[in-house]
Amino acid sequence: MEPVVEVRGLVNRFGSQVVHDGLDMQVNEDEVFGIVGGSGSGKSVLLRTILGLQRPVAGTVLIRGRDITHLSEEQLRPIKAGYGVAFQQGALYSGLTVLENVQLPMIEHLELPPTALDGLALLKIRLVGLPADAAGKYPAQLSGGMVKRAAVARALALDPQLLFLDEPTSGLDPVSAAAFDELVVYLQQHLKLTIVMITHDLDSIFRTCNRVGVIVDQRMESDTLERIVDYPHPWIQAYFHGERARARLGAVHGA
Amino acid sequence: MRDPEAQAVEVRRTAESLELELTGAWGVGELASIEAALAAVDVASVPRIRIAAAGITRLDLSGAWALRAFVRRARRAGAEVDFRGTPPDLLRLVDQTLAEAAAPEPAAPLAEAAPEEPGERALVAVGRYAVSWGHDLMGGCAFLGRVCVTFVLSLGRPWRLRPISVVRHIYDTGITAMPIVALIAFLISVILAYLSAQQLRGLGADIYVVDLVTIGVLRELGVLLTSIIVAGRSGSAFAAELGSMRLNEEVDALIATGADPIELLVVPRLLGLAIALPLLTVLADLIGLSGGALLCRYLLEMPLTQYVNRVNESISATTFWVGIIKAPVFAVIIAFAGCYRGMQVRGSARVLGHMVTVAVVQAIFMVILADALFAVLFMKMNI
Repeated sequence: MEPVVEVRGLVNRFGSQVVHDGLDMQVNEDEVFGIVGGSGSGKSVLLRTILGLQRPVAGTVLIRGRDITHLSEEQLRPIKAGYGVAFQQGALYSGLTVLENVQLPMIEHLELPPTALDGLALLKIRLVGLPADAAGKYPAQLSGGMVKRAAVARALALDPQLLFLDEPTSGLDPVSAAAFDELVVYLQQHLKLTIVMITHDLDSIFRTCNRVGVIVDQRMESDTLERIVDYPHPWIQAYFHGERARARLGAVHGA
Repeated sequence: MRDPEAQAVEVRRTAESLELELTGAWGVGELASIEAALAAVDVASVPRIRIAAAGITRLDLSGAWALRAFVRRARRAGAEVDFRGTPPDLLRLVDQTLAEAAAPEPAAPLAEAAPEEPGERALVAVGRYAVSWGHDLMGGCAFLGRVCVTFVLSLGRPWRLRPISVVRHIYDTGITAMPIVALIAFLISVILAYLSAQQLRGLGADIYVVDLVTIGVLRELGVLLTSIIVAGRSGSAFAAELGSMRLNEEVDALIATGADPIELLVVPRLLGLAIALPLLTVLADLIGLSGGALLCRYLLEMPLTQYVNRVNESISATTFWVGIIKAPVFAVIIAFAGCYRGMQVRGSARVLGHMVTVAVVQAIFMVILADALFAVLFMKMNI
């Protein structure tokens, strides 16, 4: 089957600083793909490149087979309507209520009557586990966990089949983070989503991801979760076999 | 292969039931036409509706939502709705998701018993406005009081006045404003000289052009125009800086570490502007008089020495000081409006924009009001 997202030979440079040097990545249908890497390894730059917010120096980025690195804004529009993004800090528009935040992509891309807009937005808000009364609140009135959920609700506004999450559990307490991971799995299973997730959170990776891509030495090593933990690269070893990781490894190998 | 524009719903009516065959893509992109097709189905006085959903090529949440809305409408109208085959999974998901929300949403509380009469409503609006205005005024007075107390207290401990911060604000509000202040002062004095020259030349009173320019620039225009420019430049900058610091919780962080944001953020800005604005006014006066000289030289062919002599004759000992004394007062007004409104920002980017606007408008308004009060005061004092 054709991969949903495919990155080939990606090169990103800022001045003399090389961020990516021949990075390859492939995300398949119906999987949760985790992107892992040290601070400054270029996870966010990779995401920005895939989203078309930044043009790479070299290489191609294919979303459902279409190379987005050479498309104009106009041509990118339908592709952008086909995926949803939840940014790290939520990036909710602070002057709009949660309901209006979720409606904004619909208003931009579709022509719907107000009743349909309200109903659909409320459905998305309920789907991500927010109470109905959160709809009328402004982002500043929400807790950190609710902001992340509201960001996912907005990302789902156009019923995309592909969802990008940038560090969705960072800044959440372990209980909220676990609940958020459950939401990711729930959405993936019920809506048959393909999810690309940047994360630092080992718990999150073990709970949600099918495959993991690790950015090391400006390239990406990717494999299934069971196999990648045994890769010999020192950073991968340190990441998956460090003090914090040992407890979870038993679970994977036992499974 | 179906035409994607094809009808999403095919209706067959039998004696006592309605058969709906759903076809094509039921996605968010097709929602408008799906809604229209469903709305066209008349469910009144139909005892039974059977829905066959097997023909749907692609169903997403939005499509399922539209289908659920239709099923509910039909059931409310008294029809018995069932599916031929199994209903789509997504329909169940939507049902589950919205089930808990099914309880009727609490209607938005009516705005405290809206008054009936239009006149009464206007009165209420005026009252509300007056009350909020009063609160605003009291808040402003409280803030002014805190700033004054902080300032007076730190006078006893001069190292607490943050000299480095004050110098930075003198640079930001004063030095960098010099080109624009000089340009505006020059242009305004030229306009003033040109206008008065046109009027006075017919009377043979050319020489009074000098008096008009000199007194106009020194007493009023120099300081007033400079203040308005600075209100636009620095008043807005103060409000935006402090406002975004509030949004990032930087002000809260200061308070949490035991630092006083008034002492650290507001007083240095106030002091910096109170020093910078009089200096800018001197520059504006200087450039204004030069502009007048230039115009008199080339339009009225008045020698430079005559211009200088006339300037000396037209001014009294107080003319310059009457203008310059106003500058620190205006500076405090501008800095106060900017800082106060900046500190009031809460919550969102929209509030920030609103507060910056309010800061600049109020700063300019209060500067002009203060100028008018000064004019009355000086007239009573005969200077």
